[in-house]
Amino acid sequence: MSVLLKLEDLSVSFATPRGALKAVNHVNLELLKGESLGVVGESGSGKTVLSRATMGLLPGTATRTGTITYNGQDVTALPKDEVRKLWGTGMAMIFQDPMTALNPVRRIGSQLTESLTVRLGMDKKVAREKAIQLLKRVRIPEPELMLRKFPYQLSGGMRQRIMIAIAISCGPEMLFADEPTTALDVTVQAQVLELLSELREEYNMGMILVTHDLGVVAGHTDKIAVMYAGDVVEYAPTRALFKNMKMPYTEALFKSIPRLETPTGTRLPVIEGRLPDPTKNEPGCPFANRCPYVQDKCRAQAPPLVDAGDNHFYRCWFPIGGGQ
Amino acid sequence: MAGTGKAHLRPGADIILNVEDLVVEFKVGRDKIVKAVSGVSFDLVRGETFAVVGESGCGKSTLGKAILQLPKPTSGKVEFLSKDLTKLKGNDLRDMRPAMQMIFQDPVSSLDPRQPVSAVLAEPLKVWNKGNQVEIDAKIDELLFAVNLDPAVVRDRRSYEFSGGQCQRISIARALALDPTLIICDEPVSSLDVSVQAQILNLLQDMKDRYGLTLIFISHDLAVVKMISTRVMVMYLGKVCEVAAPEELYNHTKHHYTKALVASVPIPDPDRRINAGLIQGEPPSPVNPPSGCRFRTRCPMASDLCAAEEPELREVAPDHFVACHHPVVD
Repeated sequence: MSVLLKLEDLSVSFATPRGALKAVNHVNLELLKGESLGVVGESGSGKTVLSRATMGLLPGTATRTGTITYNGQDVTALPKDEVRKLWGTGMAMIFQDPMTALNPVRRIGSQLTESLTVRLGMDKKVAREKAIQLLKRVRIPEPELMLRKFPYQLSGGMRQRIMIAIAISCGPEMLFADEPTTALDVTVQAQVLELLSELREEYNMGMILVTHDLGVVAGHTDKIAVMYAGDVVEYAPTRALFKNMKMPYTEALFKSIPRLETPTGTRLPVIEGRLPDPTKNEPGCPFANRCPYVQDKCRAQAPPLVDAGDNHFYRCWFPIGGGQ
Repeated sequence: MAGTGKAHLRPGADIILNVEDLVVEFKVGRDKIVKAVSGVSFDLVRGETFAVVGESGCGKSTLGKAILQLPKPTSGKVEFLSKDLTKLKGNDLRDMRPAMQMIFQDPVSSLDPRQPVSAVLAEPLKVWNKGNQVEIDAKIDELLFAVNLDPAVVRDRRSYEFSGGQCQRISIARALALDPTLIICDEPVSSLDVSVQAQILNLLQDMKDRYGLTLIFISHDLAVVKMISTRVMVMYLGKVCEVAAPEELYNHTKHHYTKALVASVPIPDPDRRINAGLIQGEPPSPVNPPSGCRFRTRCPMASDLCAAEEPELREVAPDHFVACHHPVVD
């Protein structure tokens, strides 16, 4: 399979009154056509900034360095209007909050047909037919009626389906889903994740699924990048990651998930402390202060990304189960 | 499912809250009525953590608020510490309020962004005349220590300077300020990261043991509920489906709706795909709920009987109650 997206040495920082805030540090990732990558981390780990930087959706205060190669083309070198042309047909995004991502004063039909008429040049009648097909595809009952509705008339799950329909409307080659199910109930979450996986196979889309929940990515991705304080701290095929976690942070995230098997009244292991201040440049591993296995070396020197073979990378001096 | 009945009540135990036939309805438009809660009964034994589980729109938050009389329920009885709150008014009702507190879903918006933490926590104490400034300051420090925040650091900060998890700690401290008997937690962890979620769940457990609290824990996440509760009530479209202790409920699920909820919990294991196909779509409108069992429109086992007759809660195993005509066979 050919490479769809390649991030090389991608860094993003924001200008703030307290100095430069480093949100993403020297990230290298690769996504093949039709492949699904999970980006996992806590709030503030840089996972959302990473996906927005790739799309070219950063505010003016941001500085982006490194290269983003999409379909063999370096998009960081492209002028803004060329990048814009990629949106919808090349890359599309589903945002976290389906309540605010839709325009509250426009009908679903007009929001859904907008990209079809603007991007694909369809006339209104054809676009309407296509919109109905899309709504059927994302399993919305009575699609004709739905076109006349406003977002406030819909539940969170329905709105997220509309967002998905809009995102896939121009047949994108790659889809960013930024916490697509965080605002949803578990039952609806399961349905939406299933739908995304189906669509990905059907359209052979690459997908980047951004979430804080390892449980969500487990069944729906081919590989996973765990982010912490702007760094990718572990990067591996999904099965390998769950079977053989190297980085203590990944393990801590994994252990803090409540499960049905856990007996009632058990205390969940927690990750004490907080993310380091992203405006300060402190030596050592950024996870050192919260790591249960911390040693002196961790505080003195930041660990490099180690290649453990079989596409498994980690950033730790004292990995779980020993090195390599 | 979605039945009525009181077979699951426990007369004789040390009951602090007894809710019977609670109905909450809202008028919308000219002649439509949203039937948010339709005849729910349950009781609460001192010291237990009672979980209310269901999807958005099943009436679980409305139920929590109706217990606090915010607003007063349409009909039914809410007996708290031997007083029927639905019959109390004005100062009599107000006198009951310190004993029942609430923690809300969105920790950031439930704190006043213009007030420093010290003022947020001082307010209930001042309203209820709990001592002079020195005593109040001491109490604020005690509360902040209890929820693992350093008073010296956080006292003068405002809510926007904190993360979601820290805001939720402050909300918990505020709920504890008046030494309540009962705290209603409305989805207290669903807007938090998994790592922070674990911290808050542990904290709630600690506070419960330390202050001898009784908790009502409202959530849509069965895995979270399993960790913390001693009894679980599953709701659907304003009705009760199933009531049991968590181990019993998960290991011997009787209701088809509960089964679907359990199957939807994401599992952090790439080799075990979750089963999203058990129920499809979303609940019907509470303005016009289905006849008979309210779950029948999404239930894989629905029969004519389900449309004709509403199932009543009955005991299918010791202390395990289900409202279903065709319960799941183990």
